[in-house]
Amino acid sequence: MLRKCIVFFILGLLMSGVGGVSFAKSTVTVLGVWGGAERDAFIKTLEPFEAAAGVRVDFTGTRDLPAVLTTRVAAGNPPDISVLPNPGQMQEFAKIGVLVDLGKFMDVSKLKNEYAETWINLGSYRGNLYAIFFSADLKSLVWYNPEAFADAGYEIPETWSELIALSDKIAAAGVAPWSIGLESGAASGWPGTDWIEDIMLRIAPPEVYDKWVNHEIPWTHPTVKRAWQLFGQIARSEKYVYGGPSTELTLNFGEAPNVLFTMPPRAYMHKQATFIKSFILKYNPDLVPVKDFDFFPFPSIDPEYGTPALGAADMFAMFNDTPEARALMRYLATAGAQEIWVAQLGKLSANRRVNPNAYPDDLTRKAATILAGSETFRFDASDLMPAAVGSGSFWSGVLDYVGGEDLDSVLERIEETAVEAYKG
Amino acid sequence: MRTKKIIPWLYLSPALAVLGFFLIYPSCHTFYLSFFDRTSTKFVGLSNYIYVFSNRVMITAFRNNALWVAVFTALTVFLGLVFAVLFDRVRYEVVVKSIVFMPMAISFVSASVIWKFVYAYKPAGVAQIGILNAFLARFGISPVAWLIQRPWINNLCLVVVGVWVWTGFCMVVFSASYKSIPKQLLEAARVDGAGEWRIFWSVIFPLLIPTLSVLATTMIVFVLKVFDIVYVMTNGNFGTEVIANRMYKEMFQFRNFGRSSAIAVALLLLVTPVMLLNLRRIREER
Repeated sequence: MLRKCIVFFILGLLMSGVGGVSFAKSTVTVLGVWGGAERDAFIKTLEPFEAAAGVRVDFTGTRDLPAVLTTRVAAGNPPDISVLPNPGQMQEFAKIGVLVDLGKFMDVSKLKNEYAETWINLGSYRGNLYAIFFSADLKSLVWYNPEAFADAGYEIPETWSELIALSDKIAAAGVAPWSIGLESGAASGWPGTDWIEDIMLRIAPPEVYDKWVNHEIPWTHPTVKRAWQLFGQIARSEKYVYGGPSTELTLNFGEAPNVLFTMPPRAYMHKQATFIKSFILKYNPDLVPVKDFDFFPFPSIDPEYGTPALGAADMFAMFNDTPEARALMRYLATAGAQEIWVAQLGKLSANRRVNPNAYPDDLTRKAATILAGSETFRFDASDLMPAAVGSGSFWSGVLDYVGGEDLDSVLERIEETAVEAYKG
Repeated sequence: MRTKKIIPWLYLSPALAVLGFFLIYPSCHTFYLSFFDRTSTKFVGLSNYIYVFSNRVMITAFRNNALWVAVFTALTVFLGLVFAVLFDRVRYEVVVKSIVFMPMAISFVSASVIWKFVYAYKPAGVAQIGILNAFLARFGISPVAWLIQRPWINNLCLVVVGVWVWTGFCMVVFSASYKSIPKQLLEAARVDGAGEWRIFWSVIFPLLIPTLSVLATTMIVFVLKVFDIVYVMTNGNFGTEVIANRMYKEMFQFRNFGRSSAIAVALLLLVTPVMLLNLRRIREER
């Protein structure tokens, strides 16, 4: 009886765990936010790597990335490579020492040639490079329907006063000039933050923007207040926005451009980043880029500050230093990999060596040229701020302000959370 | 002799071990963490608790939870009782009870998505996709953006979703209780000349009070934890914040472990009196 037990026990051991150890590890686990079309595009980007290196990439996409990643890092089980939601979180991970220094196995000087200084700085902590930028979006764009503009005889505005004059003209004709959609589930309010950030860049020098991001000036500062007021001049107005503030608060950001393409149009302009192209095509598959929908740069406000570019990007960082993960990181940084990625979706690449012809259409190419050529470029502020502000009080502040609340009390409330959040 | 005393403990020990590891240890650890800062490295004493009980958003959350407790409990219990008593008297009882109970089969998240469409708002003059606004449009009333009307309408709209899901539960429990009332009692009352209304208040209702108190306490403890509905429909914006949603945000989005632990402990403190009341009632019944 006892002998039988021992035999079965040993057999059990052999069959369960021990057998698995004999296979060599040739997979890389990657965690990201992408689902649907974006996920397919990423899988396609990985195909040349998997074929050449003989390594399998195990990609998991989750919209709840911050929570999942934080939990896995805390549990000591991080993915080999992960997309990071924003540079702020990358800095926090680098500070606690869970990220692998890319300089150990990547040619940083070559990367410095391929990526502009801003991208290298944003991916570094204390002089060491920890993250590379993969997918970029340009935000300072106003989308419009060229045919609707031509029919009504409207001109593209180049200054804020021209923009307001155009909005008045359209409103006088009985149509809403702007379509704004702030709803985004748990992230509602973020499109408003893009407005305010672009305005900040156009009413003060970029150094003031940087101070605002680092909380060296308070939220109640007159420049910040002016940015909000300019945003409110359009966003809180019943006549300027399609459906008024009530619609703005409940309209999903992905559906907001749709009213530009109805017959007759119910709105004429929509400020949004480059990624909105895939949403426009999803809801209106018959539209042709450039002919049926196009964009113009968000106009300047105070002419001395011009039209800086505001953008955001997804970054990859490495948590486990394995040879397979190293190979994948090297691959992802190359222009070749990024050409495959941008060719499919209309996203932009931060890599200067990406061939412009890789972009699927002239629209994306135009945006890539603006991004590469802009004198002043700044990363999205709400992504750089601590989460309690950037993904918290800033978003809800926008909703409260558009909902009718007094600006001073909104700014004071954000300032309260900022004072706490920037301490830790 | 001694083995007889130990044996019950031996039988209990696996369950106690599981309880200890998954319930008692985490609770103690949370309580411990609530006195530290956001990364659990620096002792900060009571400052997290001061935040929990004085911060503007938290006070809104407490107010909203109070609203949920009052309205959700009252409506589910009241409607459950009404349905149980009334449906008992009709031939198609099984059909209606099934219909009322069906929402229990779906998760809170699914219910929230459904009701998000019910409350959907489009500007006046455009085709309404939300049932409520489409209904209003039939009568020429301009549409209402239900989920952004503060302070009470949007909260009540969210409570309605919860009531829609859980009334079936209360109805079923009341129904079981109601059907166990001996028919002779009711007949005797009728023979004595009592009207239906009198019978309900003097005979039926007193016999249902134990069930009612069980259901009320269960619903109260349950609704203090409400999270999914608020998270999916408004994410706590527009003045609809609740305690559990705050805890989630502080923990996973803002990564402030001290504060989220303090919120969790505050929630536990809120639930404890209700649980003690329940326990005392059970003991009295014995």
